[in-house]
Amino acid sequence: MAAAPIQFTLNRQATSVEVDPDRTLLDVLRNVLGLKATRLGCGLGQCGACTVILDDHAVSSCDTPMWSVAGKSVITLEGLGTREAPHPLQTAFIEEQALQCGWCTSGMLMRAAALLQRDPRPPEADIKAALEGNLCRCGVHNRVVRAVRKACA
Amino acid sequence: MTLPPIPEHLRKHPRLGQWLDIGPDGRIRAHSGKVDIGQGISHALRLLVAEELQLAPAEIHMVSPTTAASPDEAVTSGSLSIQHSGAALRYAAAHLREACRSRYAATCKVPRESVLLENGTFFVEGGRCPAVYSGLVDTAMLDAEVEPRHLAPRDGRPSAFGAMGRTDIESKVFGEFEYIHDLELPGMCHGAVFRPRILQADVDEAAWARLEPELAAIEGVVEVVRDGMLVGVLAEAEHVLSQAGRKVEQANLWRGTAPGPAPHRLAAWLKSQPLDTTVILDREAQAPHAGATRVFRAEYGRAWLQHGSIGLCCAIARWSGAQLHVWSHTQGIFNLRRDLALAFGLPADAVTVRHAEGAGCYGHNGADDVAFDAAWIARRANGRPVRLQWTRQQEMANSPMGCAMAVGIEATVDAAGRVVAWKQEVWSQGHGTRPGRGDAPALLGAWQTAQPAPVTIAVNQPPATGGGSDRNAVPPYAIARVQVLNHRVLAMPQRVSALRSLGAHVNVLAAESTMDEIARSLGRDPLEYRLAQLQDERARDVLHRVARLAGWGTHGDEEGFGRGIGYARYKNTGAWCAVVADLVIEEEVRLRKLSIAADLGLVVHPDGARNQIEGGAIQAASWTLREAADIGPQGIRSDDWESYPVFSFADVPEVEVSLIDRPDMPSLGAGECSAGPTAAAIANAIHDALGVRLRFMPFTADALMAAAQGD
Repeated sequence: MAAAPIQFTLNRQATSVEVDPDRTLLDVLRNVLGLKATRLGCGLGQCGACTVILDDHAVSSCDTPMWSVAGKSVITLEGLGTREAPHPLQTAFIEEQALQCGWCTSGMLMRAAALLQRDPRPPEADIKAALEGNLCRCGVHNRVVRAVRKACA
Repeated sequence: MTLPPIPEHLRKHPRLGQWLDIGPDGRIRAHSGKVDIGQGISHALRLLVAEELQLAPAEIHMVSPTTAASPDEAVTSGSLSIQHSGAALRYAAAHLREACRSRYAATCKVPRESVLLENGTFFVEGGRCPAVYSGLVDTAMLDAEVEPRHLAPRDGRPSAFGAMGRTDIESKVFGEFEYIHDLELPGMCHGAVFRPRILQADVDEAAWARLEPELAAIEGVVEVVRDGMLVGVLAEAEHVLSQAGRKVEQANLWRGTAPGPAPHRLAAWLKSQPLDTTVILDREAQAPHAGATRVFRAEYGRAWLQHGSIGLCCAIARWSGAQLHVWSHTQGIFNLRRDLALAFGLPADAVTVRHAEGAGCYGHNGADDVAFDAAWIARRANGRPVRLQWTRQQEMANSPMGCAMAVGIEATVDAAGRVVAWKQEVWSQGHGTRPGRGDAPALLGAWQTAQPAPVTIAVNQPPATGGGSDRNAVPPYAIARVQVLNHRVLAMPQRVSALRSLGAHVNVLAAESTMDEIARSLGRDPLEYRLAQLQDERARDVLHRVARLAGWGTHGDEEGFGRGIGYARYKNTGAWCAVVADLVIEEEVRLRKLSIAADLGLVVHPDGARNQIEGGAIQAASWTLREAADIGPQGIRSDDWESYPVFSFADVPEVEVSLIDRPDMPSLGAGECSAGPTAAAIANAIHDALGVRLRFMPFTADALMAAAQGD
């Protein structure tokens, strides 16, 4: 499809790209906008590695076409927090050393951030249920749950 | 402390400067050939160098490994990095510290004994005449051979910087970390390689004649390449390649089959193939035993397992004339360099392999193969760097699998209830098709070009270095007569290679299920029964520790509850590990808790070690309860997370890890020791809950049902 201008808000900044509207949000984030913290894991919406927050909802960016992003707000890990002003989840993930390779981490953080936006003090069962679609092969699940609990304590 | 023998890797690379030197910024640089594969090894290595140098860890720059400058430490595998690289670096750092102390004493004309060292600064009483490492080191010092005598006894001192967290975790959490997938080289373009899902196939030339112009017509495609079975596409942008992928999929290009066994006939299939049998151990009883009373015989096994990293294999390659430069997340930069040189007919020094971190790696994945793919197609890129990343489906269909295995045990018990004879037989393909070890390149793509290299048949390492399918096939118990046979299966319809813990996952399941079965049939407590036949004090200690941790002896009375124990010393030479599994049987096995005790000698980074042990146990629990590759005549069918489900948050049990720190003992690797004991503890807990014994993994809901019905 021919490139078309698409306006949206990216990490609270008005953004415009001119791309084929069928290209995925993940592809455009990484390859057009140079934001590399969102990771490709499957391209099928099955693993959660590419999770971003789209208008308050955690979604897989690997199967979100750009046309569906027009006019909406996208938050990626780059917009979650900084070393100077970290999101409580980032502080907690560091304190709990809640990763090994880190491939799933960006998606886990974004999924958990969307959950805490909805419910600042979720019970553990809700944390696990929210993260159910985020796969991890290194086996840091328990550390992640501890970190999310710590972030909302 | 008795000093261990000089580490093998220090003997190979004896010069101090091969391990440590000073960077242009004046910081100490540490060179290791071991790579970060998600386990955080460079952090542990940094901590131990910092400890020996009495310097803040942040002052040590861990140089990213490259064949251009790093010591050749073969492959980052086998839980050996802390044992090999760690030991070598510790000796090197102790030598550097003491050489600088002597240099300082000579320069300042003070007695050596009066030289003090704090935070990387040498000084004498009163703080006079301070000097730092960079001011004391010179070329002659770095050219000297490392003398092991400089390493001081620890006298029970634990790791000095053990509490410090991994610094890469911070950069990963803030999204700053650059994985290989994130590198952008000037002029870089993107490549894809398409291939059949079996090792050898014919190409339907009519289908190819239709496909080629279709691929070339895609906007953004720069080049379409065909070489034997391989189809390559070069494009200006990554997203163009998915269009190409869809066209290739529809073209139905490859013809051929690679028949393997039906899932329920795995053990019979393994035994019916050509076999290469070796005797691993044949220990005759010193004295005849008094009256064998019972013989316990059973067979255990598992299906083929898939690697299943969450990330995708990726490489970047660039040719400059006849020089090849490759960025790779390989476990063995030198091994990959060697086989790339073989594959492209180059001298080894024409190839440079630079390590860049990828996603978690749990054995031989596709990192080496994708590096070949990138280098192969980059030959058509006119000197531009080419980034090549497999898709999820390619990742699942092309990565080497962990071997299917069958393990038979025959244990003879005497009138006193002691095991007096043990025979263990293993049927499995070899657990290694890694590059860098043979006369021909062991790289998937090199087997599939128009001038293919011969397919490397999977082999095992020698038993002395840990074995492969025979890993942990020798039982740890004090048994008079032991015979262990390894039957290496010489057929390889689908590619197999090393997966975390190799044969230990099944061998420990088999041995520890057998011990459990004997104990229960004799009315003995499984823990007590093991302790009565284990002479190794460190083995006994981890069993006692795990029993305390889990509250062994108290038992839940919930319906369907079961508890089981498993123990092994990894490779019989590495870390000691015992696991207690608590679970509940519902429609399927629900794991509640894994309690784990481990003895890793001197623990360098306790949280990192716990993370490895816990992660290893969770991954092994997923293999044990959930995983089996689905393979058809055209290759692997389970090519995504729906067809190959792994443990998710709902499945993961609570895990508690307790380490027995032994500062005066050599450090041992942590990554693989929990796999076998976890599988065994789960099997034994299922028996405790149901009274039936599952012997062939995965222990799915269907397997439970079949066992309960006595199939």
